[in-house]
Amino acid sequence: MNEHATKAAAFIKDEARTDWHDESLWFVRSKRDKAAHSIPEWEQLRELASQIKDHTLAHLDEYLEAFEAKAQENGVTVHWAADAGEHNRIVYRILSEHKAHRIVKSKSMLTEECGLNEYLEEKDLEVIDTDLGERIIQLREEPPSHIVMPAIHLKKEEVGELFHQKLQTEKGATDPKYLTEAARQHLRHSFLKADAAITGVNFAIAETGGVVVCTNEGNADMGTHLAPLQIHCMGIEKILPKAEHLGVFTRLLARSATGQPSTIFTSHHHKAKKGGAMHIVIVDNGRTTQLGRPDFRNSLKCIRCGACMNTCPIYRRSGGHSYDSTVPGPIGSILTPGIDLKKYSGLPFASTLCGSCSDVCPVKIDIHEQLYKWRQIIAEEGHLPAVKKQSMAIAGSVLSRPGWYKAAGKSARWLTRWLPRPLVYNPLNTWGRDRELPESPKQSFQEWYHKNRPAS
Amino acid sequence: MKIALFIPCYIDQFYPQVGVATLELLERLGCTVEYPEGQTCCGQPMANTGCEQDAIPTYKHYVNTFSGYDYVVTPSGSCAYHVRKHYDVIEQSPAVKQLRKRTLDLSEFLLDVLKVDELKARFPAKVGVHQSCHGLRGLRLGPGSERNIEAPSAIHTLLNMVDGVEIAGLDRADECCGFGGTFAINEPDISVKMGKDRIADHTRSGVEVITAGDMSCLMHLEGILRRQGSPVQVKHIAEILNSQA
Repeated sequence: MNEHATKAAAFIKDEARTDWHDESLWFVRSKRDKAAHSIPEWEQLRELASQIKDHTLAHLDEYLEAFEAKAQENGVTVHWAADAGEHNRIVYRILSEHKAHRIVKSKSMLTEECGLNEYLEEKDLEVIDTDLGERIIQLREEPPSHIVMPAIHLKKEEVGELFHQKLQTEKGATDPKYLTEAARQHLRHSFLKADAAITGVNFAIAETGGVVVCTNEGNADMGTHLAPLQIHCMGIEKILPKAEHLGVFTRLLARSATGQPSTIFTSHHHKAKKGGAMHIVIVDNGRTTQLGRPDFRNSLKCIRCGACMNTCPIYRRSGGHSYDSTVPGPIGSILTPGIDLKKYSGLPFASTLCGSCSDVCPVKIDIHEQLYKWRQIIAEEGHLPAVKKQSMAIAGSVLSRPGWYKAAGKSARWLTRWLPRPLVYNPLNTWGRDRELPESPKQSFQEWYHKNRPAS
Repeated sequence: MKIALFIPCYIDQFYPQVGVATLELLERLGCTVEYPEGQTCCGQPMANTGCEQDAIPTYKHYVNTFSGYDYVVTPSGSCAYHVRKHYDVIEQSPAVKQLRKRTLDLSEFLLDVLKVDELKARFPAKVGVHQSCHGLRGLRLGPGSERNIEAPSAIHTLLNMVDGVEIAGLDRADECCGFGGTFAINEPDISVKMGKDRIADHTRSGVEVITAGDMSCLMHLEGILRRQGSPVQVKHIAEILNSQA
């Protein structure tokens, strides 16, 4: 079994917990459905968003440069990072120049992708994640399991125990209100003494040079308002041409993510506050390579809403950690093979190709079709397990030859009918471990047809 | 109208009664149906596993076997979808182009070509509909719960023409059953869990018979039902539409 299958099997062993995880995410998907179905023009919005993103990706170089020029006009310093390493070095350099030691950071999948926290901690800087879910997993020293709800895999009892150990809350406390209040008080200290605030970026507007940060907790705002230095880190694909395009995406983002009409905070940052400094770091880290792959280019349209995770029947039953990738779930399974094909060669197979991800996607990424295409590349490049490869070659030979097919079918039916059960249901028969094989009929349809429609 | 019947490999071998029901149903509706000799498979098992190259000889065999008909009808949304969607890797001769357009799932053929609006069929049972993903999201045989679109569901439309059928409501209208071709054997734990969860949804509603337009989903669900010793039956939609009980 591939790595995802093995990890999924381990996750699923606790069936009650798997059901709880599945139901929690299905609840979010249902809220999303309600929100999406309450907007008559939902499908037009998706189409519009998809076209805006397609257009922007086709002219990405121009829009990025326009954005940089406008941001500089606003007095913002813009940096370009080719990869994760350069991104981390740039952020560290800015922090050093401002003698910043204590940093608060709001949610950013990009900094997660670049491993920024670990890098800065090695340099003896303090980085506090201020999104509640992010803070929880930071205290647990584990990666997020979901891009919007990073601690969705944890139960409130586990958070209670963690906070008891780390934040000295009462032992056994599980009341979410109490625990959230404890986190607020704890984070308040970090906000007040922070030298710098780092945020992710949801949208960057080429026309205005501004960045837009969406949160539900206001933590990005607390950070950027209080700390003298603000740094916004963004992937090159976050660009939108004009401010007027933003409304299309803010309407789609929160509804797709959580079923809310909009995020509680949608903050627009255009220039540094009085006496402060504002930097934007624009990161490639493999995105240009992905842009150069016609079949996979449009994965860069992703606005990181997480809807494909909430709808994915496999994600819901295997948890985000089973993907072992910064971005898990269906979208992660088409993004990560482009970064390391060998390492992530199992992920495009962690799907039934049911297509729910593509239909739920607010920017119409053909996720399941890209999964199919990655499978072809993985096989061509020799990353399929040998057994799989060989059995498919045999299947291909049999199924293209009517005579072989007839003989194989007949013997398969005969064998499953007459072999002793333990031989058929052997340990290699993963179908038969928890499922019966179909009962073998005495005659195939072909054979029936010849007997019953002899004239033809 | 020259109509060819395509009976997918696993139906041919394991569920011949589905092929029989499809053929009889079409004949009762006045169609003259040919069953071309030597037919095998659409090639999907190899292609979905990433081995499209190994599938190409099977694609070519399908094209040779089924060219020259006005329609190829098959009791499988999944196989029809595969031919229409993925036969783009072979040379697009006029025959291939025509075949890709004219390979239809049974329910599409009944509703869109024959324009069936009544059936002399009777099947007194509480029936749960399993929407196969390739039929639903591939061929768009229904609206799909994700999209904000008003569209009839082909399988519901057809079931409503059958006397005695009571269609059960489900908590999750169109979640995948977890079959997914070789997924079922490569990720068996999740595959089975998905199947069990689907079955639980149907049994909560008191379903006696689970039906679908794809026997592959039903083969997977039936395998779990039989292992559980459940009295719930599975029947391909063709079997219900062809019932005279």
